[in-house]
Amino acid sequence: MDMKGMNMKGMDMKGMDMKGMNMKKIILVRYGEIILKGLNRPVFEDKLVKNIKRALFSLGKINVEKSQARIYIEPADEAGYDYNSAINRLTKVFGIVSASPAWKVNADFNEIKKCALEIVGDIVGKSRGDTFKVETKRGNKAFFMKSPEINAELGGYILENMPSLRVDVHNPSFVLYVEVREFAYIYSEIIPAYGGLPAGTNGKAALLLSGGIDSPVAGWMMAKRGVELEAVHFYSFPYTSERSKDKVIELVRILSAYCGRLILHIVPFAQIQLEILGKCPRDQATIIMRRIMMRIAERIARSSGAMALVTGESMGQVASQTMQSLAVTDAVVNMPVFRPLIGMDKNEVIETARKIGTFDTSILPYEDCCTVFTAKHPVTKPHPEKIEMSESKLDIESLSENAINNIETLIINPL
Amino acid sequence: MNLKVWCEPEPHAKKRKEIYLDNSATTRPYDEVVDYMERINRETYGNPSSLHLKGIEAERLVKKARETIAASLGANPKEIIFTSGGTESNNLAILGYLDANPKNGRHIIATKIEHPSVLEVFKRLESRGYQAEYIDVDEKGMLDLEKFRSAIKADTSLISVILVNNETGSIQAIDKIAEIKNSINPKTAFHVDAVQAYGKMNLTTIRGYVDFMSVSSHKIHGPKGAGALYVKNKTKINPIIFGGGQEKSLRSGTENVAGICGFGLAAKMAFDKIEENHAKAEKLKSLFINKLKTCSYELKIISPEHSSPYILNVSFKHVPAEVLLHHLESRNIFVSTGAACSSRKNLKSHVLAAMKIEKCYAEGAIRFSFSIFNTEEDIIEVSDALGAIVPKLQAIYGGKPQV
Repeated sequence: MDMKGMNMKGMDMKGMDMKGMNMKKIILVRYGEIILKGLNRPVFEDKLVKNIKRALFSLGKINVEKSQARIYIEPADEAGYDYNSAINRLTKVFGIVSASPAWKVNADFNEIKKCALEIVGDIVGKSRGDTFKVETKRGNKAFFMKSPEINAELGGYILENMPSLRVDVHNPSFVLYVEVREFAYIYSEIIPAYGGLPAGTNGKAALLLSGGIDSPVAGWMMAKRGVELEAVHFYSFPYTSERSKDKVIELVRILSAYCGRLILHIVPFAQIQLEILGKCPRDQATIIMRRIMMRIAERIARSSGAMALVTGESMGQVASQTMQSLAVTDAVVNMPVFRPLIGMDKNEVIETARKIGTFDTSILPYEDCCTVFTAKHPVTKPHPEKIEMSESKLDIESLSENAINNIETLIINPL
Repeated sequence: MNLKVWCEPEPHAKKRKEIYLDNSATTRPYDEVVDYMERINRETYGNPSSLHLKGIEAERLVKKARETIAASLGANPKEIIFTSGGTESNNLAILGYLDANPKNGRHIIATKIEHPSVLEVFKRLESRGYQAEYIDVDEKGMLDLEKFRSAIKADTSLISVILVNNETGSIQAIDKIAEIKNSINPKTAFHVDAVQAYGKMNLTTIRGYVDFMSVSSHKIHGPKGAGALYVKNKTKINPIIFGGGQEKSLRSGTENVAGICGFGLAAKMAFDKIEENHAKAEKLKSLFINKLKTCSYELKIISPEHSSPYILNVSFKHVPAEVLLHHLESRNIFVSTGAACSSRKNLKSHVLAAMKIEKCYAEGAIRFSFSIFNTEEDIIEVSDALGAIVPKLQAIYGGKPQV
């Protein structure tokens, strides 16, 4: 999410308390898709509210209310509340479509006018625009004016008081939004979020997290659809550095800003890789390694109540990601394997990685020294029977058992 | 405000014995230094520039430290500028001198095996129009004196030479270099990067040949964040950091009192026992070399015969250095691949490249660097560990691919 263009227009007017008028700084949150979910709707909404509270917990006390596909967040201590950080965190809560810093006043046209003038005055004072329009939604049909009337009246009132402004309904430099419901909400900014479904509303899956660019993006995409994740990392120390572990922990931490606290299983894997290297043909090493990773990940998944695996593979990207290789890999597990990146090009994945903030960590170079485990010319069209024959030289059961018994499990909280 | 991002050091859970052989990267400070610095931080926390007693107390301690460092180099205290360490000293000498002496020419010379804190400064100067020349070394890492002779010109403003190379321990003949330089252009300023030599060999004679000498604290069991630059009396030099005018205006910024004093004490302790320590390091290094010479696996000792006893660079054929490093690490033995600064960037060593080390050895170079805290038992344990690890890794990395 690019927050660079974000500014909190109107939010700097601290302690605005005009005669007889009660203006409250709030954050207005919109959610989209989950309102379509029929009878499940309250479940999704409650989960979203819970996730919002969790994301904003450390910023201070808030009151959260939901009504008519909107969630209203009212900080207890308006003057001391960090609205910028709150909005930044909200844009990472899946299920939210957008958020706006807004002012709440009584559904009274005089109050609306005064408040609108303050907001516009602030925008003009910071030379953030010279043309505008008013856009009104009237949810409260009992309100005595209709939306176009409000637009016209309010626009006129602002023009009278702000002679430097002009109205431009087609290409305004800012829009003043007015929503009249039980109260009236006035704001000028809509900050987009990612949409999706609230975390934890769509089952649980184990994410195979390598530390590269792809797997964190794959995890993020599944989490966006409400899937709860548990990360599994295969760790090849002493063929890689301790830093590669720190890197994976950091990636999980970045993801946890979206999904909340995450569990990470670190599986010691060097012994298995050495066995493969010693006993199997080198050109099959990668595919056999992948199959063993899937088997171990499946066992971790089952014991933690996950119903599927998630990987960052994309069709044809490397030898182990050809159609044949993926089929041979999938053959060893009995649960769905989700590959959300399957149809994406590398540059699309990179773009997403940058957007969600994992890219810079993913490209840290701490894992290159395990290139010994990749052959120069790995098989691209593995035969299941040949692979199985090679694998028969390994005691996969006891190797996996041994690795699983030495798993290090970490709980990672967002910063 | 509650800043959660606070990093506690890793708890010393198991008191497993560790063997630290990465002393060219940094050293463990003497306990005496740590205690001394703690006292200074708690009691003598004044700003040396302050007019009151707290400031005067701190100023006195810095003065003592300056006298100690000066004495260790046979220099005058006025010739010592405290800095944040070797990198800053190198930067200040080169940039500060060239800035103050623009009329001496725009040609500068260094060896191909300088530390990055010299090479990167040179690159920067090249982009500003300086003409930089980098002199070859031979397979022993020694400067090619003939090439050096022909490189010096009338407009050569400065030469910079690393005394003890941080990767291989090779020692340059500063006296010969100075002699050649003086016979062609005596006006050329001479900077020596003595970071790996300081506290480990007598530098008073060498100091007499040069205009600038960089030294650092944390390579001699002092604290990080302190170092010094020797600036020969009457040498014109400009600051690269500006502000309150500390260090004769050459290095503004409130003095790092505890760091400077810790440095002073570490220098005193190192120089008090310099011969003894040197002999001990020599013993450790030759023990290690003898152990390596009797082993069954293929290796190459990269450090030249006449090199610093504190550094031993060895390459194990076909073995990627970083993998070997992590295997040693898993046995609590800490070493370095090439130079610590470049290992993270995963670049091949420019020093080994300059020495024209064959490819199958250049990627497997491990630097063992010793200190007074190491023992003969450490060396025996490390050679045993190598005996257990290296053949296994050579089988994996050097073996023919199986079909």
